[in-house]
Amino acid sequence: MTDHIPDTVENAAATPDKDQPYHLLGLKPDEYQQIGDILGRRPTSGELAMYSVMWSEHCSYKSSKVHLRQFGQKVSPEMTKHLMVGMGENAGVVDIGEGWAVTFKIESHNHPSYIEPFQGAATGVGGIVRDIISMGARPVAVMDALRFGAIDHPDTSRVVNGVVSGISFYGNCLGLPNIGGETWFDSVYQANPLVNALAVGALRHEDLHLANAKGVGNLVVLFGARTGGDGIGGASILASDTFAEGGPTKRPAVQVGDPFAEKVLIECCLELFAGGCVEGIQDLGAAGISCATSELASNGDGGMHITLDNVLLRDPTLTAEEILMSESQERMMAVIRPDKLDAFLAVTTKWDVEASVLGEVTDSGRLVIEWKGKTIVDVDPRTVAIDGPVYNRPMAYPAWLDALQADSPAKFARATDGAELKSQFLTVLGSPNEADTDWITNQYDYYVMGNTALHTPDGAGMIRIDEESGLGVALATDANGRYCQLDPYVGAQLALVESYRNVASSGATPLAVSDCLNFGSPENPEVMWQFARAVEGLADGCMELGIPVTGGNVSFYNQTGDVPIHPTPVVAVLGSIDNVARRLPSGWQDEGENLYLLGVTGDELGGSAWAGAVHDHLGGVPPHVDFTAEKELAGLLGAAAHEGIVTCAVDLGTGGFIRAVADGVLRFGVGARVWIDEIVSRDGVDTTAALFSETQARALVSVAREDDVKFRGLCDGRNVPVLRVGVTDRRSGELEVQGLFSIELEQLRSVHRGTLPAQFGPVVGG
Amino acid sequence: MRVGVITFPGSLDDRDALRAIRLAGGDAVSLWHGDHDLHGVDAIVLPGGFSYGDYLRCGAIAAHSPIMSDVVDAANKGMPVLGICNGFQVLVEAHLLAGGLIRNDHGTFVRRDQKLRVENVDTPWTSGYTQGQEITIPLKNGEGGFIADDETLRQLEGDGLVAFRYLNVNPNGSLNDIAGLRNARGNVVGLMPHPEHAVEPGFGPDTPAAMSSGTDGLAMFQSVLRATVLS
Repeated sequence: MTDHIPDTVENAAATPDKDQPYHLLGLKPDEYQQIGDILGRRPTSGELAMYSVMWSEHCSYKSSKVHLRQFGQKVSPEMTKHLMVGMGENAGVVDIGEGWAVTFKIESHNHPSYIEPFQGAATGVGGIVRDIISMGARPVAVMDALRFGAIDHPDTSRVVNGVVSGISFYGNCLGLPNIGGETWFDSVYQANPLVNALAVGALRHEDLHLANAKGVGNLVVLFGARTGGDGIGGASILASDTFAEGGPTKRPAVQVGDPFAEKVLIECCLELFAGGCVEGIQDLGAAGISCATSELASNGDGGMHITLDNVLLRDPTLTAEEILMSESQERMMAVIRPDKLDAFLAVTTKWDVEASVLGEVTDSGRLVIEWKGKTIVDVDPRTVAIDGPVYNRPMAYPAWLDALQADSPAKFARATDGAELKSQFLTVLGSPNEADTDWITNQYDYYVMGNTALHTPDGAGMIRIDEESGLGVALATDANGRYCQLDPYVGAQLALVESYRNVASSGATPLAVSDCLNFGSPENPEVMWQFARAVEGLADGCMELGIPVTGGNVSFYNQTGDVPIHPTPVVAVLGSIDNVARRLPSGWQDEGENLYLLGVTGDELGGSAWAGAVHDHLGGVPPHVDFTAEKELAGLLGAAAHEGIVTCAVDLGTGGFIRAVADGVLRFGVGARVWIDEIVSRDGVDTTAALFSETQARALVSVAREDDVKFRGLCDGRNVPVLRVGVTDRRSGELEVQGLFSIELEQLRSVHRGTLPAQFGPVVGG
Repeated sequence: MRVGVITFPGSLDDRDALRAIRLAGGDAVSLWHGDHDLHGVDAIVLPGGFSYGDYLRCGAIAAHSPIMSDVVDAANKGMPVLGICNGFQVLVEAHLLAGGLIRNDHGTFVRRDQKLRVENVDTPWTSGYTQGQEITIPLKNGEGGFIADDETLRQLEGDGLVAFRYLNVNPNGSLNDIAGLRNARGNVVGLMPHPEHAVEPGFGPDTPAAMSSGTDGLAMFQSVLRATVLS
């Protein structure tokens, strides 16, 4: 390849009719035409590489943009109160008080994780962590939302083992506590697993950095790992294409991660920030140098001059086009003042991080890239990074949806005796989506940094941010593809309220949302309809709850053949808490406490864990959403945690009341006696609904006897319906549902914990 | 009492170790792998992590970093040195402790609250425990399987150089359930589990009394502070 002659701007102007392989790079004929119109000539091969990768679905959001605008439009003053940086930057930034801010974001790495599960998942963690560093923050925790195929499918173990060890390897080596997430198994994800990685970082207000190239004459520096041939075309090929059967293997397009390089890069960046060495900064992820230069220039003074020969290469045979497209990991691009160069290089040298000056900021309005003395790129950077194509794709109401919604689980006979209900309960608790995930989470370090206040299996993870005051943040991620398949509008809102409630149940106050929207092909009108409805539901829901979407990611083309995944909008909610010492775990620890159910119960079993696990059924309509009730419940939980009058809170979600009780007893191994007759009589539901219904806006709390009066007063004052439904019982060693059944905790635990090890191997230490 | 914590590129639990020293009442001092300067500390902690990416073998490259020659000198003169996890691996690679550490027998990284028995309290890092005391501190490693040839193993056992032993569960296939060692002089101690993650109520392992309330690791740092006062 050393004799590769780069296509220059001059050459492009002189040879207008040259055949260019735009279709192999994922561009449609009209998109190629549009590039020609913008430039007034055909693009050079380098420009074509840049446009193709930046105009890919993954980088340009061309199919989703028209819908995502709602997140910016449906906003109230209440929602922006805590927002320091909103959507559009690398990650949103939220003010949590005391001069502290946090930044968080969730992003997908789905397609690479199917091809090469270990590296795909590892680099997913690496990429999201660099987004957080780019804002000037120290990363403080990670989480992951995972979707795999059927647990007993022969290929699932390969993907699960690869993905989990990839996350474990990369996250553990970075020294970031993994504090939570969720894992589902469903055959719709068989050849298209979802790996959504979340990272959160903390910074002082004054340390905020933005990705822009301002200040004419400022230097553009590339630093971190050298640029190699990995991931070339990854963004355009992998993220914008489906896995057609029998196609060529795409293994070489997956990037390879080195967490050691990233760890050193984190420390190096933080020292650069502290030393005031950096004006603007951007991480290199999808589309590599193409993305970083065009985005930095677009967001700054509009121009940049780059000498591509200065890029430090791992492989000297790379062509200019390959260098522009390479997705080599662990790289950052900074804009620095010339007088700070020595200080900058002193820090990078200390950390053994290589750096090279690529060029400088100009006010020409052009991004000009030179290679071997010739101009190979000369474009308006906004046409690459911002003003790409926008599609208002056709939508169609799914032809099958009415029949699916009409197929309600009401058709199933309800159990009448305790033995049958017990058996159903154990079936639900041991089903793959409800089972304990410690086989996975035991491979993650949640201790590192010494600030983890809550972690799996608690419903939310919690991290202390300020060691003096105890100020902290809580985070939860949720998505229920089954609900979304039944109704994407309501399903997206259910993901939102579930995540919101998980954060509130930890004692924290929900503040902001990040989302990762995983869908099938946008070229399928039914999928596009699902997407539009989900975005609308989420935007409306955020408006109702008064918390903004601060950023996120869209992943399309999640399907195998013609079958799209269930719509899976993963919603991450972040909350703050004055002092993490007031946190609430998802289970009780003490003897003789009263258990209270907050909220009312309806007969809502459509899309439920009960319908899925007991009847292998998906149909009907999902639970309804009541935002007022959710806000009142969250307000009550926050107040009760603040005053220290509840000792634990378990959110009611999939599996309903009895699943929450099981969580409560298993968290610390303290038994309980519960009764449901008052739920049945007050709410007019039957036993099955009382146990398994997934009605929202409910939580189970434990209250020490001395705080009983105060607690009931709080519920009355805040208008939250409350019923005493049980007592904790340390001595019995069992869970008793009065009048129906009882079960030893040991048996409960073995049912709950046995499912994943039966497929993937034993948990160390049993 | 100044206790130094060395940061290597890829160290992860260095801040945790510094915090543990402060909570125990000591002056925590950051040391840099590339310096030949121990900043006048009275004791040294080599923290957990993946120094130099664990390239070659865990701890192998760190054992040859500039500051380690000073650490070896100081250790040979009797300065208390503690290696935690990757730090233990570095001490083994630097031949300050015997044996070797290999990939866990089950092949995966494991994080768990691990019960240990303190087997030897005659060191500046363990004097705050009672002989045979059972403690629970976090364990988190991928390559924590302790190995040694038969003769070395016999010698370690015969000379009472096993400092900590895994109880109930051997989490990584370590021979003789060995979790930690001391040297003959007693000033150098290394262990795979992490005492610095069990020093502050609210952030340690769960105990029957309360969640995350375990502080069984604190005595290790208090021990050395007391020991350096006495010496």
